[in-house]
Amino acid sequence: MLKLEAQNLAKHFGTRKVFDNINISLEAGQSLAVVGPNGSGKTTLLKVIIGLVYPSRGDVTFSKNGRKLEFEQYRKYLSLVAPYFSLYDSLTAGENLRFFAKVSGHVIKRIEQHELLQQVGLEGRGDDFVSSYSTGMKQRLKYAVAMLKRPKILLVDEPGTNLDESGKEMAANLLNRLRDDSIIIIATNDKKEYALAGEFCQLGG
Amino acid sequence: MPLPANSVNWAAKVLAVTGKDIISEFRTRFAVNAIVMFALVTLTVISFALGVLQPAAEIMAAMFWIILFFAAMSGLAQAFIKEEESGTALILKLSCDGIVIFFGKFLFNLLLLIVLAILIVPLFIVLLNTTAENWLLFIAGLVLGMIGLSGATTIIAAIVSKASIKGALFTVLSFPILMPLLAAVIEITKIAFIDGRFSDAAAPIQMLIAFDVVMITLSVMLFDFVWRH
Repeated sequence: MLKLEAQNLAKHFGTRKVFDNINISLEAGQSLAVVGPNGSGKTTLLKVIIGLVYPSRGDVTFSKNGRKLEFEQYRKYLSLVAPYFSLYDSLTAGENLRFFAKVSGHVIKRIEQHELLQQVGLEGRGDDFVSSYSTGMKQRLKYAVAMLKRPKILLVDEPGTNLDESGKEMAANLLNRLRDDSIIIIATNDKKEYALAGEFCQLGG
Repeated sequence: MPLPANSVNWAAKVLAVTGKDIISEFRTRFAVNAIVMFALVTLTVISFALGVLQPAAEIMAAMFWIILFFAAMSGLAQAFIKEEESGTALILKLSCDGIVIFFGKFLFNLLLLIVLAILIVPLFIVLLNTTAENWLLFIAGLVLGMIGLSGATTIIAAIVSKASIKGALFTVLSFPILMPLLAAVIEITKIAFIDGRFSDAAAPIQMLIAFDVVMITLSVMLFDFVWRH
């Protein structure tokens, strides 16, 4: 059983306090919405949880069956969907999927690639360069890349960013499909997206 | 959809990173254009400046490596700078081990240097009217030099990729680190130009092998920290 625990987390940039005294305890099958206005530290908290930003105080621990996991171990279970990273514009969507599958240690068959693209509403567009995609299509492709691992830990920053109504529905469906056996953390300030999670963590008052 | 089997070995992951960079480079020509243009312009300028003069072997050897060094400086940093600037670094960090990325980028930089060497060695010989008298020694020095150059520039590129003045910082950081390598390869190349034997170049060859081993070992040990933070 995979478990995420964050204790007494705090992050300061110089004298500016971003967040303080955050405690999180999640097991597979539980989901958390990190909510708060712009600038309240939602993205910073996600980056601290992932292990890409050091907290000013406190610890984040991932464990499996009681055994603590290091970054290189829990990274294999983790996927991220966020507006602040990009996929490779000079590759096609299919090439992106095959590349990320391979470096993650998986071989993806053509049929699986087709299924993934179909799930995110990009069927028939796998041979198009990502540079020719709209921002909404790029966001859909990020969901497809995230789903490659069938992640046990999924972090989604602003799930509906750049997505139309059908895209938001697709994102909600994917999150619901993972909900039973994954840890899901959603950072959002959209009240509709609160409903995708079972627990809340309020930042910024 | 079932979880795909974890069936990709370490070498295949490294080759996937290198392959992705080759495809991307082939389509954008981000680094190749900078490297090749720098090498061609420098070679042409030196060729015109020297005219019919025939400088000493040590000067020829130094000029050859100056061209190779600065041409490399203009393009090799792109391996990581492009990842940071295009916003792909984060997802790459989360997708595979740092060591896979290091060796993937190292191999890509080495391939770029090989392409550069294939281009500039014949041009250097034709335009400067010179030749290596001991080709085996010349190629041995070239290969060892390129391995060290690629190893050092890969880790330095990862360090500078988050800085705001990347280009200048890359050259400034690389130069002192690469000084021992440059001194050794220039000595080997000089000996190759005057038909010296391998035994004459034993000391710089040993020095170069030691540099390559130390640089790659240190990079492997430090890369994960540099890349993640």
